[in-house]
Amino acid sequence: MGTFMSKTITIDGQVVPFKEGQTIMDAAMAADVYIPHLCHNPEFTPHGSCKLCTVKVNGRNVASCTMPAVEGQQVLSDTLELNDERLSLTQMLFVEGNHICPSCEKSGNCQLQAVAYYLGMMSPHYNHFYPQREVDASHPDVLLDRNRCIYCELCVRASRDVDGKNVFGLSGRGIGSTLVVNSASGLLGDTNLAATDKAMQVCPTGALLKKRQGFTVPIGQRIFDHHTIKDVQLGDKHE
Amino acid sequence: MQQPESSDLSRILAPVLARHGKDSAQLLQILRDVQDACHHIPAEAIDQIAAHLDVPRVTVEGVVGFYSFLSTQPVGQYRLLFSNNITDQMLGKDDLLKYLCNKLWVEQGRVSEDGLISVDNTSCTGMCDQGPAALINGWPLTNLDQNRLDLIAELIRSQKPVAEWPPMLFEVVDNICRTDVLLGEPFTPGAAIKQVLARGAKETLAEMDQSNLRGRGGAGFKTASKWSFCHAAIAEEEGSVICDIGGNPERFIVCNADEGEPGTFKDRVLLNSHADLVFEGMTVGARVVGASKGFLYLRGEYRYLLEKLEGVLKRRREAGLLGDNILGQAGFSFDIEIHLGAGAYICGEESALIESLEGKRGRPRNRPPFPVTHGYKGRPTVVDNVETFACSARIAEKGGEWFAAMGTAQSTGTKLLSISGDVARPGIYEYPFGVTLRQILDDCGAEDPYAVQVSGPSGVMVSWKEFDRKIAFEDLPTAGAFMVFKRSRDLFQAARNFAHFFAHESCGFCTPCRVGTQLQKKIMDKIGSGHGTICDMEELKRLGFILKSMSHCGLGSSAANPMLDALEKFPDVFERKLKALAFEPAFDLDGALETARRITGRDDEWAHL
Repeated sequence: MGTFMSKTITIDGQVVPFKEGQTIMDAAMAADVYIPHLCHNPEFTPHGSCKLCTVKVNGRNVASCTMPAVEGQQVLSDTLELNDERLSLTQMLFVEGNHICPSCEKSGNCQLQAVAYYLGMMSPHYNHFYPQREVDASHPDVLLDRNRCIYCELCVRASRDVDGKNVFGLSGRGIGSTLVVNSASGLLGDTNLAATDKAMQVCPTGALLKKRQGFTVPIGQRIFDHHTIKDVQLGDKHE
Repeated sequence: MQQPESSDLSRILAPVLARHGKDSAQLLQILRDVQDACHHIPAEAIDQIAAHLDVPRVTVEGVVGFYSFLSTQPVGQYRLLFSNNITDQMLGKDDLLKYLCNKLWVEQGRVSEDGLISVDNTSCTGMCDQGPAALINGWPLTNLDQNRLDLIAELIRSQKPVAEWPPMLFEVVDNICRTDVLLGEPFTPGAAIKQVLARGAKETLAEMDQSNLRGRGGAGFKTASKWSFCHAAIAEEEGSVICDIGGNPERFIVCNADEGEPGTFKDRVLLNSHADLVFEGMTVGARVVGASKGFLYLRGEYRYLLEKLEGVLKRRREAGLLGDNILGQAGFSFDIEIHLGAGAYICGEESALIESLEGKRGRPRNRPPFPVTHGYKGRPTVVDNVETFACSARIAEKGGEWFAAMGTAQSTGTKLLSISGDVARPGIYEYPFGVTLRQILDDCGAEDPYAVQVSGPSGVMVSWKEFDRKIAFEDLPTAGAFMVFKRSRDLFQAARNFAHFFAHESCGFCTPCRVGTQLQKKIMDKIGSGHGTICDMEELKRLGFILKSMSHCGLGSSAANPMLDALEKFPDVFERKLKALAFEPAFDLDGALETARRITGRDDEWAHL
């Protein structure tokens, strides 16, 4: 715990210190309190789109990844109601795309799958949308499978803010949203994306994959085969 | 529709790009012009525009994809979009659309083989008092019937330019049925500004405060507070109090004329016949907060008002009511630029509107920070409704006390209602706040009223049992829509129409709204097609809870209102449609065999389940 000079909030009753400018998510992660999330990655500007990290602050729901921590906030996160809603959102993400875990080479390393494990998802609950989405294998080293995109825009942010390339962007609207790439042909192979780009390291699902590496680690020996996403994401700091 | 040759394209693009300059905030305006000229945004145009504005190609493509009126694929040379509000449907729109499609041999949503025409639906075009309505290449058509569609089909077949079509087809009338202080009293342009200059900016803010004017867009935030936050934002930022109201540092006044809520059309009338009042209100706001630049964000559907509004702005500049040294006051500079939307309801949300003004996808921002401190281009910005600015002009002219004497204590002044649906006299009605629904229904000649959708799909469905409720922020707050349904109407169809509306208009940013509005739509369609069960009603309630509590902005959090209201107040309209009380799959087994039947040419008993 911080000294009595530092500012604090409480999360599920636990006193959590924070520094000016930190969000509730920042403060929580620093204090080893896990709030489920998919579109958030502490290395990038918070986005606030997946809404999994929604918490209740003084009775009102807010996205913890974008909401600044303010002295005295009483935050509820690990509650039956919120976890139930997070589960529903996760199920929504599964049915709006085509997430076939058994045939996906990201299985076991996929954050969407891991969050579903964490929240105890036993079925998709909703009817599958089975959307028609394009797969782009034009790049020599990268496969873009839009069936697995959850619109977190981490690749968009990484390519823009770190790689300085603006390879990715979103087009369309609503359920017709689609990940587009920065080339007149619309093909990834015609962009200047490199497999070593930051944008290639941030996809929480199997939408962006490096080719020829899918099964270097066998299924059963992958991250979330042995660890919960909570342990991994809180442990990220040490890696 | 052939692809324009690249030299043709350059000839089209060059003047457009020259006119709009190199500020990327002009992107949407540029794309609108290109769409008008080419009937789509050619891939090569995207490259050239991106190069001109020095933005990534992917940014331009993202903006094209976001707005309904823009497209990367060619639409018909004549693009006819039927307004798909429930009021249009009640006036026979669905049959008219089919009629026209049959007549022109075109499939809804497709472009005809020769590229001449495409016919489709669009969200409410704000002509509910004179529907069924449509847009032809962006220009409004009203009072559609078979006769008019016969004429329109003939004009299209003979390839007559839309500009040469009979003006009668495009007639839009105000239909002002009841007036009060806003619409009923004469206004001399400049009268309010003169009062502000005589009284002082700070004192004008005090009058605004005293008037207790609350935002007319529906949320009801106190206008004086918004203005003073915006003014104070700079003071805070610079650690000193700003005394010289007027010049730098930069602040912005934005008028939200993205009147997209289905059933609302009062801003259309204010801008058509009382634009001076609106622009004057913006100028008053500019003086109070210290802004030198204002924007009118005009929804694309109201593009037909653009020239008229530009004319009013020009006249006001000539009269010294806009521009430098307004009414001779040294250092008081303010001017207004009109930006057009391109078919996106979400841009009525103030932070999405600002994104759109900046030429981006209309996606609501994360808040805090709020627009009053970090708005247009990150600067303090006031975004107010058209009617709010009109009221502000009146308050600046006549004082806060005068205004506060009208209406109720918490809801001062008057409210414009856009009345449509099952009434004898649809149109604009101005009432002091506090008026009962019963009174309004009497005045507009409602026939056997059973329900009223107050404030549009995002508002409240009020049942006949509640007609003594009042229009007021403390009872029924409203942005102005007032759609009346008689007893014989199918309220389920109204709710279903609204579910489709929200699914179409969701920006797609957040999971609950992007997916939740689709799920709502699918369930409503399932029930509507006779496959619904009690479980589906429960699922709608559960979705409503998630949408309300988890969504990023007001669109998502209100997208379940029509379903939740109907379930609570009119459960029988659902129950009548239910096939069974137990589980019923959404998958239609017999329907799935249709392809097989077509292939084998069978339709006997054994070919059905």
